[in-house]
Amino acid sequence: MTSTSNAAVKMGQKTNAPPYDLERVRRDFPILARRVFGKPLVYLDNGASAQKPRQVIDTMRDVMESDYANVHRGVHFLSQRATDRYEAARDKVARFIGAEVREIVFTRNATEAINLVAASYGRAFFERGDEVIVSEMEHHANIVPWQLLETERGIRLRVVPVDDAGILRMDVYASLLGPRTKLVALTHCSNVLGTVTPAEEIVRLAHARGVPVLLDGSQAVVHRKVDVKALNADFYVFTGHKLYGPSGIGVLYGKYDMLAKMPPYQGGGDMIRSVSFAGTTFKDPPERFEAGTPAIVEAIGLGAAVDYVASLGHDAIAAHEAMLLDDATRRLSAIPGLRIYGTAPEKAAIIAFTLEAAHAHDIGTIVDRAGVAVRTGHHCAQPLMERLGVPATARASFGLYNTLAEVDVLVDAVKSVREIFG
Amino acid sequence: MSMADDLRDLYQEVILDHGKHPRNFRHPADANCQAHGHNPLCGDMLTVYLKLDDRHVIRDVAFEGKGCAISTASASMMTEILMGKTEADAKAIFDAFHHICTEGDDAAIPPEFEEEADRLRVLSGVRQFPMRVKCATLAWHTMNAAIAGKREVSTE
Repeated sequence: MTSTSNAAVKMGQKTNAPPYDLERVRRDFPILARRVFGKPLVYLDNGASAQKPRQVIDTMRDVMESDYANVHRGVHFLSQRATDRYEAARDKVARFIGAEVREIVFTRNATEAINLVAASYGRAFFERGDEVIVSEMEHHANIVPWQLLETERGIRLRVVPVDDAGILRMDVYASLLGPRTKLVALTHCSNVLGTVTPAEEIVRLAHARGVPVLLDGSQAVVHRKVDVKALNADFYVFTGHKLYGPSGIGVLYGKYDMLAKMPPYQGGGDMIRSVSFAGTTFKDPPERFEAGTPAIVEAIGLGAAVDYVASLGHDAIAAHEAMLLDDATRRLSAIPGLRIYGTAPEKAAIIAFTLEAAHAHDIGTIVDRAGVAVRTGHHCAQPLMERLGVPATARASFGLYNTLAEVDVLVDAVKSVREIFG
Repeated sequence: MSMADDLRDLYQEVILDHGKHPRNFRHPADANCQAHGHNPLCGDMLTVYLKLDDRHVIRDVAFEGKGCAISTASASMMTEILMGKTEADAKAIFDAFHHICTEGDDAAIPPEFEEEADRLRVLSGVRQFPMRVKCATLAWHTMNAAIAGKREVSTE
């Protein structure tokens, strides 16, 4: 077991980041003050969706109370204000991941971002027999859109396995890259195992064969600093609601030259240059991919969320979460019959586990009565569950506001499951 | 940590016992109808096997699968209760059980199945846990599907 500081170093994030004031940060999240079944809420389901700081809530309320109108339309004052704030949010997101502003497409969520690439890039450039490489630990969102193309286009999915620790088998990955590979679509961080994949190496190997790479950063972007230019990824997707922002807003980053050669995803208003029955022309990216009125308030809320995360500092967040992961891993491991899935050295603060005595669903119900929210089930990763040989696991996923005292509550609650089930 | 009363109601001794040591947990070679039940929310999966004779009497009922304590216990108790009953009885008892899991309305229990309902009331604790009602009823839905000749049932 690594020490706290070693775990932080292994995340590759530890610098001289000053820790933040945890109590002050917790006061930023109003929901953390509520009680559940008479107990203080211990929210450990951040991997499914994170809670929202006052800064996000206030920003969204302020837009609706002061600056709301449709965007990219109308010459009136409020339309301009709303447009400015919407585009400012795009700029914040771009800076947050080191992208150019014209490379940020707003989507509903990460799922839609992947579907956009599959529907637009895939339909335009994939032919029968072409291959897309995914891994065994993908979320369904990074499996099913490609499977739809298997049916529609006759492409083939190739699957990189994980080893027993939950580490991506890079040797197999390298061997799967072949003349028919048209895209690599891999997670940057597993939502079940917490495994952080070697994204730079994944991209380097693919590019050596001229293959573009899409990374699913839905979990990674929450736990570590992501620089899409340093990663050199061609596409990078994530969702707002796991990043302390609202639901209903997600991000597709695409290298501009990639986006520029892609046909529209959906047709409608806002994405066109001119429309006539003789022929319609489309705007350049990113507007080309944002048909219809977008999630205006949510996009602006996401802008506030990335500002919030940046204000605490990724390094400080990563160090804090590494400490929680280290403590929770050590103490849960000590519970007899408890098994943790995912023990990669490069790991985000996500712990999937089972108990010998009790099914995950029973664990979830019992710890819930202690105020502890964990996810139970297959975590939208059924192929991974099959690989692990379990129908379901419980998952505690930590966020920037969780505390060591909350780890105590989790550990006691899991022990009480053992008491019931003997 | 002391256990909350509603948890004590949910995880009664008899449920834990059936959950750990399910009865009729097997695949009868002479089963003549079966269905596969799946709760996509939690990943629980089970198969219910029935041997029906030509007078629609359940001569054998068994199950296999993986699930939580509640779904396993419910399936186990169901096999004990339905053994020797007719198809029509099975449907009536399922209706009664559904009431027990959701409404707790005893008026809905047909008097001839009062004894079965009494046994099944041990699962009534799920009323306090709405997310778990589907766990308790999965095996019953699957049994129903098997009798109706459907091969798959999913509790969405």
